[in-house]
Order: sequence, then C-alpha cells, then structure tokens
Amino acid sequence: MPDYNEFITRIFTTLQPFLKPGQALSEDSELVSELGLTSLQVMMLIEQIEDDFDITVPLNILPDIRTIRDLAVQLEKLLT
Amino acid sequence: MSLFDKFQPIIDVREELQSLGIMPFGAVTEKILSSTEAIVNGHRVILAGTNNYLGLTFDPECIAAAKTAIEEQGTGTTGSRMANGTFAEHVLLEQELAAFFNRRHAIVFTTGYAATSGMCATLAGPGDMVVLDADSHASIYDGVRLSGADIVRFRHNDVADLEKRLRRLGDRLSNTLIIAEGIYSMLGDRAPLREIAELKRRYGGMLLVDEAHSMGMLGDHGRGVAEQDGVEDDIDFIVGTFSKSLGAIGGYCVSNHPELDLVRYICRSYVFTASPSPSTIASVREALRVIQSKPKLRTRLWQNATLLYQGLKDLGFEVGPDLSPVVAIRTPSRETTLIAWKALLDKGIYVNLVFPPAAPAGMSLLRCSVSAAHTVNQINCILEAFSELQHVMTERE
Repeated sequence: MPDYNEFITRIFTTLQPFLKPGQALSEDSELVSELGLTSLQVMMLIEQIEDDFDITVPLNILPDIRTIRDLAVQLEKLLT
Repeated sequence: MSLFDKFQPIIDVREELQSLGIMPFGAVTEKILSSTEAIVNGHRVILAGTNNYLGLTFDPECIAAAKTAIEEQGTGTTGSRMANGTFAEHVLLEQELAAFFNRRHAIVFTTGYAATSGMCATLAGPGDMVVLDADSHASIYDGVRLSGADIVRFRHNDVADLEKRLRRLGDRLSNTLIIAEGIYSMLGDRAPLREIAELKRRYGGMLLVDEAHSMGMLGDHGRGVAEQDGVEDDIDFIVGTFSKSLGAIGGYCVSNHPELDLVRYICRSYVFTASPSPSTIASVREALRVIQSKPKLRTRLWQNATLLYQGLKDLGFEVGPDLSPVVAIRTPSRETTLIAWKALLDKGIYVNLVFPPAAPAGMSLLRCSVSAAHTVNQINCILEAFSELQHVMTERE
C-alpha cells in the first residue's frame, strides 16, 4: 500500500507540466493560489492519482486540500 | 476582508463585458413574438437558443388549458405538496407521466433543478457512493454534494473509465448510485446508455439518468435516449424537466421502485417549496398529450437539427460530436465568442453564449438549440448569419 512519501513523489511528477519556468515544488506549495491550478485541474489531478494507484478517491476531500502536503495526508488517510 | 471579496472575479468579467459593450448574460427579451421570434436587447431576432425543442410555448391547446386552469383554480397553490399544495391535477399529471414512461411511479417537482438535485440528494446519503459523469449538470453536482455521499467522477461518456471506477468500488457497489444524462446540454452529445446500462447490470448499483434534453425528442414514443437505446428496464430513475420540450417549468422523476413515493417525505426540494401553479400543470398535461399525438413534431425537429448541424459543419465550424437539437459551435477564444455573439444579435439571431464552468473542458461556446417550430427559412437565416462570421472566427485564432 502506498505511503505518504510515495504520494508526494507522484504528485510532484504529475504537477511538472503545470510549473512555470524556474518554479519549484515543495510540500507546502499551494495548488490553486501558488501553482495556478483551476478547481477542474485539481479534480483531474486526483483522477490521475486514482488511476496511478488503482484506488478510489472521493472528491469530498477537496475542501481539506490547499497544499500538496494536504493532498498526500488525505490520500494516506483514505487508505488506512 | 469582506464577504464580497470573493465576487471580485465576477466584477472583473462584468467590467470586461461592459467595456466591450456586450452584455450576453441576462439579455432582456423585451417582447416575445412567437416560440421562435422575439425582440431581445432592442433587436428583432430569430430565437436559436431557447431549448424550446418542440415549440410548444405557444401551442393553442396548451395556452387554452393554462387559461382555464388559472380561471378555475387561481394563479398559484401557495403551498407545499406535503401541505395544501397537492391539487387533483398534480396527481393526474403524475399518473399521466408514469403512464407515458411505462413506469409505476412518478413525482412532480416545481422546477427541473429541484427534481434533479432533490432526487440526487435524497437517493444517496452519507456512507453511500455516487459515480457521475464528469460533465454532469450543476443540479446533479449540487444534489450529490448535498447528499453527503462519497463522490467519484468518470471521464465524460467514457465507458472504460466508468468500468474502472466501478471495479475499484468492490463491496461498496451495493449502495452506489451511477448518474448520467441522455443528451448533454452544452455540446448536445449523447450518453452511451446501452454500455452504461450493461455495466450497471454487471457490477450492480442503481442508475439515474437525466433526460432533460432528450425527453420528447428521441425514441419511438419520445421517452428519450433510454427508449431509443432499448435500456429503459435497466434505468432505476429517470429525471427530467417541463421547461424544454414541454414548454413550461417544473420537473419530474419516474421509477418502478415503490420507494419513490417515500421521497416525498424526505426530499427537501419537494417539501420546502410551493407546488407548481395550476396553469403550469394544465399546460404540461396538454403538452404531454401533444407529444404523444403529434409525433411529426419530432420528425420536424430532427429535420431542422440536421439542416443546422450539417449546414454549420459544411461552413467549416467546429460543432459537437453528435447530431442533436443542441448545436454547439466551439470558438477559438473567449473574446471571439463575445464578438461573434454580438455580431449574431446584430444580424437578428439569438444564440446562447457559454463560458466555463458552464461549458466543459475550458471551452467557449456559441450554443444553438433547434425547435420543431423553426421554418426552413429561419434555419437558413441562422446559417447565413453564421457564414458572415467566418472571418471573426478565424482572424483571432
């Protein structure tokens, strides 16, 4: 079963195409206000993670997610 | 920090529109002349964006029925269906809808939004699972959010993606609600209901289909995509609206599950709102009879839809993937859409302008809807106005 660190690594990889030149990712990066993702793109990111790990991630976790860390924490919580 | 801070993005868009002198949202119909013509924002226009698919808003029989009802029963019910707002005619309409759809039970709601959001919010609950098409209407999204169920989306009309998501659910499938629409309102594309029904048979769960934009238009009896695809038995709940092919306002749900009747006690959008006015119920009952007695309306609708869809395609416009009475034209940019919308209005054609999030996948659309009441001449006028737009659509790419 994937753990927090695996989720972080995968989120970093999935977010690469969204980065502006010179922009770096950290666990504290905010998905919408910092990286400029739309709410639709956040949903698509979650759907990509579902497929990568073959898991179900309800969209209900969205209100609790601001940063990459928030997302990884929620994903880990879902699997325990 | 103010409550209004979050309105800033809307203020910005509105200022942009004002600076361009184009106000497409909430355009005022100053005078409605017929089901296909009006005066909008000072322009006499052909209405090509009203969802009035069968043109029944001015049907003489529907108008006469509404007039009689208003005279005999007054202007409103002033009460909830669960209090003083159930008149004999509400019950009759429910029986007639059930008969029309070959179902045992039907419930009438005050609006289509209340029907769809209310049914989604009531059928699913905390601990249940909802799997819905990503391009579902706002009323579906709002309803499932309100339900407290766990929500998963499948990629729009992607049967393989739906299967993957159902497979992952395992034991949770027994209390899963799968949701799709018949025809999707923005691009006019049709759900692969045969395949979705097959997945439901294989994996389990219940299936709700919103036929708001397909009832009255598809199937031998006009029951929608489910009838046309021969999968009505697999669909647990069909929801829809009176505000499109039936030419009024209101909504419904039909089902063979006897539990549908219990929804009346639980569903907040049914209980905590006044019931549809007598004139609405009367015109809808008449429109339902017209749909059944005049199948030619459907033939004319599809002839008109084919003319417009094929005509726009031949002109080189990027239209939706399926031939449908909803004909959406994808535009290269937001600014182009605005300029094209205004140019069409100036040429006497009213269409809908749609931006994200109402339009899917970040698209900007000029959305037309065809009516059985359009004449061939009117369709040709719409095509001619579009043909003069080609330079606008290409120049700004």
